[in-house]
Amino acid sequence: MDSHLISEFRSIVGDAGLVTAPEQLRTYECDGLTLFRVVPELVLLPASSEEMQAIVKICYRERIPFVARGSGTGLSGGALPVKAGVVIGVSRMNRILDIDVPNARVVVEPGVTNSAVTAAVSGSGYFYAPDPSSQIVCTVAGNVAENSGGAHCFKYGVTTTYILGLEVVLSDGSLVHLGASTMDYPGYDLVGAFVGSEGTFGIVTKITLRIIKKAECIQTLMAAFNSSSEAGGAVSSIIASGMFPAAMEIMDRLALEAAEAAVHASYPDCQALLLVELDGSTREVELLMEQVGPICTSCGAWELRLAKSEAERIAVWKGRKAAFAAVGRISPNYLVQDGVIPRTALPRVLGEIDRLSAEAGLRVANVFHAGDGNLHPLVLYDRRIEGQEQRAMTLAEEILRLCVEAGGSITGEHGIGEEKKHFMPVMFSAADLDAMQRLRTAFDPYDLCNPTKMFPGTDFQYQRPIAYEPHPIEVAGLAQRY
Amino acid sequence: MNENQYPIEIAWTDLEAIVGSDNIWPACSRDMVDNLQPEKVIAPADAHEIAKVLQYCSSADLAIIPRGGGTKLGWGNRPQKANLILSTERLNRVMEHAWGDMTATVEAGCTIASLQQELKEHGQRLAADPLWPDRTTVGGLLATADNGTLRLRYGGIRDLVLGVEVALPDGNVIKAGGKVVKNVAGYDLTKLVIGSLGTLGVITRATFRLHPIPAATATYCTLLSNTSEATQIVLAILDSQLVYTGLQVRADNPHQISVDVRFEGILESLQDQAAKLNKVAGGAPFVQGSSEVWKARQELFSHAEHSVMCKCSVLPAQIGMLCEAIFSRAQSAAVSSIVVAQATGVAEVRLNAARVLSAVEVLNGLRAELGHLDGTLVIQQCPPAVKEALDVWGAVKDALPLMQQIKGKFDPARTLNPGRFVGAI
Repeated sequence: MDSHLISEFRSIVGDAGLVTAPEQLRTYECDGLTLFRVVPELVLLPASSEEMQAIVKICYRERIPFVARGSGTGLSGGALPVKAGVVIGVSRMNRILDIDVPNARVVVEPGVTNSAVTAAVSGSGYFYAPDPSSQIVCTVAGNVAENSGGAHCFKYGVTTTYILGLEVVLSDGSLVHLGASTMDYPGYDLVGAFVGSEGTFGIVTKITLRIIKKAECIQTLMAAFNSSSEAGGAVSSIIASGMFPAAMEIMDRLALEAAEAAVHASYPDCQALLLVELDGSTREVELLMEQVGPICTSCGAWELRLAKSEAERIAVWKGRKAAFAAVGRISPNYLVQDGVIPRTALPRVLGEIDRLSAEAGLRVANVFHAGDGNLHPLVLYDRRIEGQEQRAMTLAEEILRLCVEAGGSITGEHGIGEEKKHFMPVMFSAADLDAMQRLRTAFDPYDLCNPTKMFPGTDFQYQRPIAYEPHPIEVAGLAQRY
Repeated sequence: MNENQYPIEIAWTDLEAIVGSDNIWPACSRDMVDNLQPEKVIAPADAHEIAKVLQYCSSADLAIIPRGGGTKLGWGNRPQKANLILSTERLNRVMEHAWGDMTATVEAGCTIASLQQELKEHGQRLAADPLWPDRTTVGGLLATADNGTLRLRYGGIRDLVLGVEVALPDGNVIKAGGKVVKNVAGYDLTKLVIGSLGTLGVITRATFRLHPIPAATATYCTLLSNTSEATQIVLAILDSQLVYTGLQVRADNPHQISVDVRFEGILESLQDQAAKLNKVAGGAPFVQGSSEVWKARQELFSHAEHSVMCKCSVLPAQIGMLCEAIFSRAQSAAVSSIVVAQATGVAEVRLNAARVLSAVEVLNGLRAELGHLDGTLVIQQCPPAVKEALDVWGAVKDALPLMQQIKGKFDPARTLNPGRFVGAI
């Protein structure tokens, strides 16, 4: 990059806000999806909205594309740098600006982590509901970009439900305010449009979010089944009984083995484990939990275990959240998918996945949010064996097609990013995609914000896809794949 | 055919060719929008016919007012132009109730009441209680984003819609979102069209996430003598672990304020909640009340042709302040007022003014005062003279250029509801 430009950027963000050394730039070459890597020209780390505006104005003037980045835990390559572009990290903008407990509002800068929000309000009995399992390190800005979910979004909804107002720097460097701190604001729901736009509309510099009160009582039941289909049947029966659990999760044999090896959560030794969490008033949770057990038993559960203490409940979840990373213990390489299906299609789709898995001669571990039909099949393989990686990628794609055919989606919470952009036409018509492009160009007419992502048809060159490798922060034990 | 026909007559013939001659007819006085008389009413059979009509009208420079049940046609600014009313009455089917998945796909012209009736067969419901469910259609509900008392627990209509199908002025029918409860593929165009007052496209179909119908419901009310006490109780309940599904404040003067709470669930749990409620509320004794209180919002609109109805949005802790501001301004302008505020901070306000000038004075004053609180005031329904005196939406700050850009991308010819939405979009 031109040295005058670098000096100009330095005059705004200072030395602390500028990364130019090649070895340091490599830290930013990928996000949680390590399949794709591009070393950025420059990384900028502004410390304020003003600095953000000033650097984006330069990018606009020079038509330099830029990619916003939180902690880089995304799993679809959304924060993958683009050729001849800069990365703008929000890590130095990490202050909680205001906590308003009576109104259940918190105002944060974009680099504040998801967990930090809950930590700041848990003393008052509140929490921030979206709970992606990278929550210890992932930023609220990243959550906004990806519309992150988590295990508890079946009942509580995803990020978009909790974002009320955004301060955003648009591609021309102008600062706009979307939404407000109040529930309603006249005009188009631009907060709704912005959340989940994967960094292609602008960069958030301030976020007003909603927190909620922790339930009086939370109970988690583990039910052991002889197959995932049986466990899936229990999920449908629980729903049919009129209950609305806070979370319902299934782990299959392979995933359980892996989780057990990593966390020693003392799960029952079974083919499929269903976790059912109820929350609400103590009286209601106790009465309903009395019904959940028999429903599970009637669907084939042969062991029921209720977490007896809060510590035990946390251990159960720790094992569940560790399942992704733990699969690394039972397979040298693996691919993670994020398809969604209507809940009732669960037994059929699981059967199909088994069949495809057998045909490909590859093992597939299943960990999924059964309540909302969000599957996370993990395709296990060994890159050292010739042809396996290609077979694994083909299998992962077939699973996604299966989800779309069942009336579902190619991604429930990981986003499209770089990874799944070629799949968009499987799910959307040309007219659907064209409508999305119109919205994109209304925000970013010169295609400067995270260009080449989300949509097919761009001739972006990346290095040959390579297999999954643990991200540095995973190796450091700071995050897990979910 | 008459050789001297005007171009407009050609347009009517062309539109007839799209929808069939039975499905386009002359508009009458009942079809007026803000005293503007459209020429025709058109009722296409499906999304594709709607898209064709939109495309045709875009190229022929005809303006369209989409209409569902017609219950909220007076909302928004006066349209700059209105050639046709586009009725969704022929798109009225519940396409699918996937009760095992707790989702339902419905055409835009289906009323909320008939949807709920169908869902009830499997013990489910759309957890929303908008105005006039018997006549309000799915399309109208989405276009206006009208939220009722259940929003506090179940989220707004934007949170209950999983996907939509929309006919666009360029002649395409697009879908956004999907049928599954979790989906982040592509932009969330669903959110964009919800609350857009039919200015970007015509919603033709929607998929909702559903909730079980609760086994039992109970309502408790208390009467208080000042607004700050009411606010304190609302905040105490919000800060509690009670599982309420409704919490509202009703007042028509500063000294008699009712706070209503609703619980839903299994019977044993409701009794437990009621006992806890009185502990949380401290001194204010709650007594069992009628579920009719949850219709207070809708009742405000009864016989309100000469009144001003507006929606004020503030923070929950500002509800008391809002009431005080309304009562003091109304009183000094000799205007009577009623407030029904949800604990979300969204309040419905009715002003009964004998003179238009007094109403405008109160509205301007309130709007300025709310502006200082970062709140907003939107007029929903009012006599025509009030609309001539002020913009019903108020000022949209720095995001207006972006909204205009978006309008331009989706409806460049300004075919749909020209002038009705914010900034005269």
